[in-house]
Amino acid sequence: MMLNVENIRSQFPILQQQIYNKPLVYLDNAATTQKPQSVIDALCGYYTHDNANVHRGVHMLSERATAAYESARDKIRALINAASTREIVFTRGATEAINLVASSWGETNIGAGDEVLISEMEHHSDIVPWQMLCERNGAKLVVAPINDAGELMFDAFEAKLSERTRLVGMVHLSNALGTINPVSDIIAKAHAVGAKVLLDGAQAVAHLNIDVQALDCDFYVTSAHKMYGPTGIGVLYAKEALLESMPPYQGGGDMISMVTFEKTQYNDLPYKFEAGTPNIAGAIGFGAAVDWLCETGVELIAAHEQRLLVYATEEALKFEGLTLIGTAENKATVLSFTIDGVHPHDLGTILDREGVAIRAGHHCAMPVMQHFGLPATARASFAAYNTETEIDVLFAALKKAQEIFA
Amino acid sequence: MFDLRDLYQQVIVDHNKSPRNFGKLDDCNHQADGYNPLCGDKLHIYLRINDAGTIEDVSFEGDGCAISVASASLMTDALKGKTVQESQIMFEQFQHMATSDLSESPDEKKLGKLAVLAGVREFPSRIKCATLCWHTLQAAINDAASPAKTE
Repeated sequence: MMLNVENIRSQFPILQQQIYNKPLVYLDNAATTQKPQSVIDALCGYYTHDNANVHRGVHMLSERATAAYESARDKIRALINAASTREIVFTRGATEAINLVASSWGETNIGAGDEVLISEMEHHSDIVPWQMLCERNGAKLVVAPINDAGELMFDAFEAKLSERTRLVGMVHLSNALGTINPVSDIIAKAHAVGAKVLLDGAQAVAHLNIDVQALDCDFYVTSAHKMYGPTGIGVLYAKEALLESMPPYQGGGDMISMVTFEKTQYNDLPYKFEAGTPNIAGAIGFGAAVDWLCETGVELIAAHEQRLLVYATEEALKFEGLTLIGTAENKATVLSFTIDGVHPHDLGTILDREGVAIRAGHHCAMPVMQHFGLPATARASFAAYNTETEIDVLFAALKKAQEIFA
Repeated sequence: MFDLRDLYQQVIVDHNKSPRNFGKLDDCNHQADGYNPLCGDKLHIYLRINDAGTIEDVSFEGDGCAISVASASLMTDALKGKTVQESQIMFEQFQHMATSDLSESPDEKKLGKLAVLAGVREFPSRIKCATLCWHTLQAAINDAASPAKTE
């Protein structure tokens, strides 16, 4: 069965527009995906009919809002096959989820002489929180290198694991390179030395099937807006025993069960980690995005994106003066490249005038750029609604850029 | 509607391909770094200013998009032989041009060749690429300790 792309495109109102009198070709999906009508309706419907605070009121609206908020949590639990909704903590996004783990679990479990092992292809969000923690606690940030194809050098990764390694932080699907990491093997090796593993799934969840129990990962984080949901909402999955052992991240309302000036008793999981009125609309929109993904089929989407990536890669290899950055054997959805004599930012501007939206820059992964000795790359990234015709438009626009700089 | 060629005029393409005054200035007495964190564009400006306050020589090194490289190249060409005071007026005129309303045509008499960069007005995300070198010039004149930023 193939994805019905025309039907999918019709569900995304934003795609029905022209940019400089040309059809919008949106290829910046690794930055954020567009939102289907069902997600927009969920956000709008919540504010139109159900807006109330959650977990408090006894009135109808609050009950509806709470039910919708909690049902979104269960949808996310089911999507990644977590054992319980107690393991699903809403956050502002993947970045806040990593900061939560670094602050709460990290502060209590990582001290002087301990090590945090990450990879050279991490996004800044999976570098900086650990760097900050290591600086505070006298721990060491250790980096496993990548090869020139943009793949983790597994032997070197293994060699850097030791009994000092307390945590491995690893991107599941690299936003800058498209590399899919061998996360099962990484987790097995890390567990063998007693380290916990946090997977950064910000890019992965819209493109791969995730089963946190089969993976046996300790922490998994993602953001809704990279999987057809709204911005400002994401999730931390953590094994229940870990969450039980962790101190709260922030204090405030909703995360307590009893407060006196002498002592506060914290709420049960997952609420212990959700201080303050949450992003209720965002969570409900997130739930609608999960529904959309499941109804459309993650596997069908992935197969479609893989066809697009193969086609785009073939076109790229034929394109004179183009160098692909990130040629991992196991990769998805991302085509990162440079063009001789044309800076990525100039490419970005020229492509924009052709209606083509791509990302030009360091992709919040400056160490990846440093590895390849580049200030920036251009990146096209694909989603369910992209077509081969759009890839043709991309390459025609690249040709135009070359002509301008000829 | 503005055409891409308004931004990427031949002069800009040429200056990007073969930037003038590119490289280290050994006998400089002022220098500074400039950095655009958004793009990763990096510049280093070298200045030799004599006791009379005249810019005797100026050069730059760096890595950036066509707009930032061409702007630095054109700026260094325009600055040679000017006094520091004159450079301040040029900076103001350039900034005005880069951020002015589209209906206002650039004052080519005052700006000279720098007027080819007026096209950035139509591309808001690229204005900083054109002004980075001017901010870096300021930092160099003032011997600033930290790199100039366009923010």
